[in-house]
Amino acid sequence: MDYSQFLNHEIARIPYSGIRRFFDIASEMKEVISLSIGEPDFSTPWHVRQEGIRTLEQGKTWYSPNRGFTELREEICKWIERKYGVSYHPETDVVVTVGGSEAIDLCIRCLINPGDEVLIPEPSFVCYVPMTEMAKGTPVVIETKAEDQFRLTAQALREKITPKSKLLILPFPNNPTGAVMRREHLEEIAEVVREHNLLVLSDEIYGELTYGDRSHVCFAEIDGMKERTILINGFSKTYAMTGWRLGYAAGPTEILDAMTKLHQYAIMSSPTMAQYAAIEALRNGDQDIESMREQYDMRRRLIVDTFNSIGMPCFEPEGAFYVFPSIQKTGLTSEEFCEKLLYSEHVAVVPGNAFGACGEGFVRVSYSYSLKHINEALKRMERFLKSL
Amino acid sequence: MKKLLHLLHEDARLTNAQLAVMLNTSEEAVANAIAEYEEAGIIRGYKAIVNWEKVDSSPNKVTALIELKVTPKRETGFDTIAHRIMEFEEVESVYLMSGGFDLAVMVHGSSMQEIAMFVAKRLSTLETVLSTSTHFVLSRYKEGDVVLNSEIPDDRREYGE
Repeated sequence: MDYSQFLNHEIARIPYSGIRRFFDIASEMKEVISLSIGEPDFSTPWHVRQEGIRTLEQGKTWYSPNRGFTELREEICKWIERKYGVSYHPETDVVVTVGGSEAIDLCIRCLINPGDEVLIPEPSFVCYVPMTEMAKGTPVVIETKAEDQFRLTAQALREKITPKSKLLILPFPNNPTGAVMRREHLEEIAEVVREHNLLVLSDEIYGELTYGDRSHVCFAEIDGMKERTILINGFSKTYAMTGWRLGYAAGPTEILDAMTKLHQYAIMSSPTMAQYAAIEALRNGDQDIESMREQYDMRRRLIVDTFNSIGMPCFEPEGAFYVFPSIQKTGLTSEEFCEKLLYSEHVAVVPGNAFGACGEGFVRVSYSYSLKHINEALKRMERFLKSL
Repeated sequence: MKKLLHLLHEDARLTNAQLAVMLNTSEEAVANAIAEYEEAGIIRGYKAIVNWEKVDSSPNKVTALIELKVTPKRETGFDTIAHRIMEFEEVESVYLMSGGFDLAVMVHGSSMQEIAMFVAKRLSTLETVLSTSTHFVLSRYKEGDVVLNSEIPDDRREYGE
């Protein structure tokens, strides 16, 4: 039977995520050292896991309210207030979702009418363009550049604004580049947002993973931006809880109402075991974040230093757990580089163009791996570069 | 520089250059800190974790844990006997324990026979040793934080984004 006649045209046309392709090949090979996975290598802190186990033992296996347990929403609001000094109302301004990804999808679908333009800085995580397309919106890509440390600049944003522009995606700290936006950069962006009456989806899933003296600035902190921002965050990266699938959105009541409606019909409620565990994480997890961040930071320094010395120049990423070195000197395309590296040295990294066309000439390397693993991979990569 | 200790404990073969980069300091500072730790007796040595079971004709193929009950000395308690025991080169480690016995002694040798003779002739004959109970190690799964003899990969993640 020809099922293509039945499929929605958009989804039939949209390709699978380019991140997966390389670890599908890698998983078939032996002795592969991978630096391709974008999730913490730590397990969820034990006290958080224990909370999940305890609720299972007690048989608390029912639905929660659509928005998520009140207690969890209260803790989320306290956490945001404590970290960024922004206050949200737990009853009306928050929805707990199945990962940050669901929150992104809800937000785009609840805001975008056919033809509305969504401004998407790239390189960035792979979901914004396809989700916009499924919502019949028009993705407008803004290229960020290595010479700007892959930050979004007000000028680049202005150049892409049209009367149809509605929503700006702010994916910082950034996957795959590790770029962060400091307060002064966000203020520049805020000015443009105000001028052109835009809304902002601020995907801050890596917000707790920033390095150096200055901590993450939430876009809603910027003067006048709270009312224009849908803040998206979650537990996956912050607390090493990827498999629990839990995230959230916070923002203006009317928008969160719409998102909750869609969530109610599509999802009903997020996994409750994960919600109970998340309450524990928010209450008692600060130390866990700190010790994971310390580990990431040491690996980050090592990997950046080594890349710069072996001929894969990279700017110093200040967030997330990725580095995005340039491979232009090799004369290979990102795909060729990754393929050759995989076949000759059995090291898997992700081609930069999986995150947008302007990622060409770069590769994404994750350092959410043990030191032993990273050192072995770096040795192999150095040998590979010498062999070219 | 406590982080330095943790890093060395994880992998003692990291170079000073690598350690300096990770700790955001100079190689010289790392070298000095290590020298100080050595001087102060905080770092006591550097050894490879060897899976002897995979080494042919290894002299140290058999290990046993020996529980010892002893009579403590009036002045020195368990120290005298512990010091005497750790002098044997067959002895890998000696611990004073809480619970049903006093000293736990890890002993290695080339055969069970050799260890049995060591216990019978040298350990149990020591003055103040009341009784011994010898447990042979059958298989080593994990040692010094490192998994030996395992098919389970270190990293079990498969599906990250």
